[in-house]
Amino acid sequence: MDLALIAAIAIAAGILIYIVLDGFDLGVGILFPFAPDDRSRDMMMNSVAPVWDGNETWLILGGGGLLVFFPLAYSIVLPAFYMPIMSLLFALIFRGVAFEFRHSAHTSQHIWDKAFFWGSLIAAFSQGVLVGALVQGITVVDGRFAGGMFDWLTPFSLLTGLGVVVGYGLQGSTWLVMKTENEMQDWARRAAVMLGGGLLIVLGAVSILTPLLRPAIAERWFGGINILFVAPVPLLTLCFAGLLYYGLFTKREVMPFIASIALFVLAFAGLGISLFPHIVPPSVTIWDAAAPPSSMIFALIGVAITLPMVLGYTVYAYSVFKGKVSAEGGYAKH
Amino acid sequence: MPPIDVEILARLQFAFTVSFHILFPTLTIGLAAFLVILEARYLRSKDDAYLRLYRFWVKVFALTFGMGVVSGLVLSYQFGTNWSEYSRISGPVLGPLIGFEVLTAFFLEAGFLGVMLFGWDKVGPRLHFLATCLVGFGTSLSAFWILSANSWMQTPAGAHFDAALGTFVADDWLAIIFNPSFPYRFMHMMTASFLTSSLVIAGISAFFLLRHDDKALARKGFSMAMWAIVILAPLQIFLGDLHGLNTLEHQPTKVAAMEGNWETQSRAPLLLFAIPDQKAETNHLELGIPGGASLILRHSLDGVVPGLKDVAAEDRPPVGIVFWSFRVMVGLGFIFLAVGAYGLYARWRGTLYTDKWLARACLTLTPAGFIATLAGWFVTEVGRQPYTIYGLLRSSDSISPIVSASAVATTLTLFIIVYGGLFGAYLYYLIKLVRAGTAPISGQAPEAMQGARPGLVVPAE
Ligand code: HDD
Ligand code: HEM
Ligand code: HEM
Repeated sequence: MDLALIAAIAIAAGILIYIVLDGFDLGVGILFPFAPDDRSRDMMMNSVAPVWDGNETWLILGGGGLLVFFPLAYSIVLPAFYMPIMSLLFALIFRGVAFEFRHSAHTSQHIWDKAFFWGSLIAAFSQGVLVGALVQGITVVDGRFAGGMFDWLTPFSLLTGLGVVVGYGLQGSTWLVMKTENEMQDWARRAAVMLGGGLLIVLGAVSILTPLLRPAIAERWFGGINILFVAPVPLLTLCFAGLLYYGLFTKREVMPFIASIALFVLAFAGLGISLFPHIVPPSVTIWDAAAPPSSMIFALIGVAITLPMVLGYTVYAYSVFKGKVSAEGGYAKH
Repeated sequence: MPPIDVEILARLQFAFTVSFHILFPTLTIGLAAFLVILEARYLRSKDDAYLRLYRFWVKVFALTFGMGVVSGLVLSYQFGTNWSEYSRISGPVLGPLIGFEVLTAFFLEAGFLGVMLFGWDKVGPRLHFLATCLVGFGTSLSAFWILSANSWMQTPAGAHFDAALGTFVADDWLAIIFNPSFPYRFMHMMTASFLTSSLVIAGISAFFLLRHDDKALARKGFSMAMWAIVILAPLQIFLGDLHGLNTLEHQPTKVAAMEGNWETQSRAPLLLFAIPDQKAETNHLELGIPGGASLILRHSLDGVVPGLKDVAAEDRPPVGIVFWSFRVMVGLGFIFLAVGAYGLYARWRGTLYTDKWLARACLTLTPAGFIATLAGWFVTEVGRQPYTIYGLLRSSDSISPIVSASAVATTLTLFIIVYGGLFGAYLYYLIKLVRAGTAPISGQAPEAMQGARPGLVVPAE
């Protein structure tokens, strides 16, 4: 049994769940200032208020999981990405408190509106930058980060930052299509049409640039018969993009959200194919970074017992709040 | 004074962010338990007063919880950004403890918080009560794991350092989790949370009493809190004494710093006042009770108390901070005892709700629990210096190798500004909540909890 591989799959699954769940609630924040009116903004916030904390917990699990299973990777990646990580954290602080403070405020409400928007935007952008910077690789000497404070800052990482902002925006807008009605829903649908196009453009650009940037990745995708095995990823991406637009134009309510999630899952799979088996590209593999077996086994047993429970009550929590948010039947009395 | 280098800055930053964070859990752990009691009583008696109290305190809880979440998130990544060597070396031991905290506690809290705050009219009263209980249980479980991690750093057990790997390797997880100082630290910290929350509840109820709010309601809250204080204050002193004896066994140098005791000696005095001088290895302006420290720590006047000079100068913690923080904590502990006892006396005389002095004293002591808690953490953490893992890993070997002093200084400054602003906003909204007081149940069914979370009451235009 290969513990490192199992752990890597567990962490990848955790990060994927995070992207899917927090993606839409960060997206709602990114769309916040563009909403038609204050009433819509109240509804937007209410649609994520009961679940955002749970969504963000997956991010803590991501960081925690790295420390548990791959402490070496944790100790290289975090100092290497000191600045984008700090900006992510500061952004999440502002966004998190905005939920509590916004409506407690009367005259100062606009401050928390801005905090919610900028916090969500910068958090999403920082996450995209982190992905891009990781693909580009980290300088490691003797198992320690040996690069500079600004290594992460490249045109490519800025592009992936933009990609995640647009992508989360898409998730947020399709979530709102599902959760709202009437004018609000029409507005969300129009936003989704535009953001979907934007996401496809950025995804295309990233797919072209990545192999050019790192020959090893080109080899992974295009070398020999590999292309046969990995070809489904771009093909499925096109299918789901089609489904997204089909759903939007035929006014389906759930299909666009599912399709936008699928796009993210595929992009994530593409990333996995590009990087595997490196956890800190280009030199540290999951086996180099793995924690000693005594820690791995203990933690994996814990994951096996608790994760099904966590998933169970996460589904339960969502089901309590299923259905449309609206001014009348929503969580808030207007 | 050492030069301001990365290590000092990183320590300051961690100390600042973790001290900020702990303020909020201290209150949420205690308040969660209080909410469980209130809801249970409401379900049993159907007395609206408990529901109204619940609705008031759950708003305070939500506001505080939000602050705890965002400041906690920062900490979980700060291990890596500022203390990457520490993370690499101790990750195999501490990582799983923190991982279990996320898996068992954070998800539980976060999953059921939504139901607790917004679900009152979506799920039945029993399920709602279950949600409140699970959130409360989650906060305590989270304290269990993180205190286990912290205690392992104080009294490491169940693992060995593997020179080939360059990291700690776990041998016995039960020994790691239940390391020698953990039971004491867990009990002492949980009691600190309950005591601090009781002081907050007593203080705010006293404010309502003094302001002549709805009498019956203010009295219920005040009475519950005063009962809690009279039980918890002596319990905390007793637990603190046990904790100190445990520390004496495992970290004698820390105890020497707490007592300001330089020479190993019998008949060591219990110092009430002194100005420890780290360089000259002595105290100025000493005032103490002869033999007091020996009596407390060894239960005999002739007991030998360890001295700071037992270890080399570079292995000693900063004595002044430890010495004075300890006195602040213990001093406050006895003040809480006195207030609790006086409350009992007033209750016996029938003046519990009318005694203006008691109400004023409680109002003044509203923040005192937090001060005692922080002081306690300063004793524990600063007293552990110069090690991050006691006796095994020095703080100077824990730091991220490459992160520059200017980067840490910049983020430290940002943290101070941002946290300062947020704390101001938090207090502002908290005071606003308190001024608004406990709202009467409006026309709708009592189940209508839609206004529970402050964030979701849209203000009447
Ligand atoms: C005695 C208790 C205690 C102590 C010493 C700490 N915490 Fe804490 N923490 C809690 C008790 C707690 C809590 C009561 O469980 C909180 C408060 C609000 C909340 O959401 O849970 C919490 C929240 C909280 C969160 C957000 C969880 C969420 O999103 O629900 C994180 C990531 C951390 N903490 C991490 C830390 C770290 C890395 C610490 C040490 C360095 C730390 N905590 C010390
Ligand atoms: C929540 C209450 C806590 C408070 C108020 C607190 C306070 C402090 C303080 C004041 C310092 C600085 C000591 C110095 O540099 O002189 C410190 C350092 C540190 N603490 Fe704690 N601490 C708390 C809990 C924890 C926990 C639960 C952990 C670990 C799981 C922890 C891990 C550390 C680490 C890694 C450092 C930095 C290295 C060092 O300077 O020793 N702390 N803390
Ligand atoms: C008056 C009696 C008290 C005594 C004798 C006492 C004793 C101690 C001792 C010896 C420590 C340090 C343990 C170590 O680091 O090894 C400690 C820590 C601490 N104390 Fe107290 N204490 C008292 C009252 C209080 C009160 C009233 C509070 C708060 C309401 C409090 C909160 C804490 C906290 C939060 C810590 C740090 C966590 C820990 O190590 O448990 N203490 N106490």
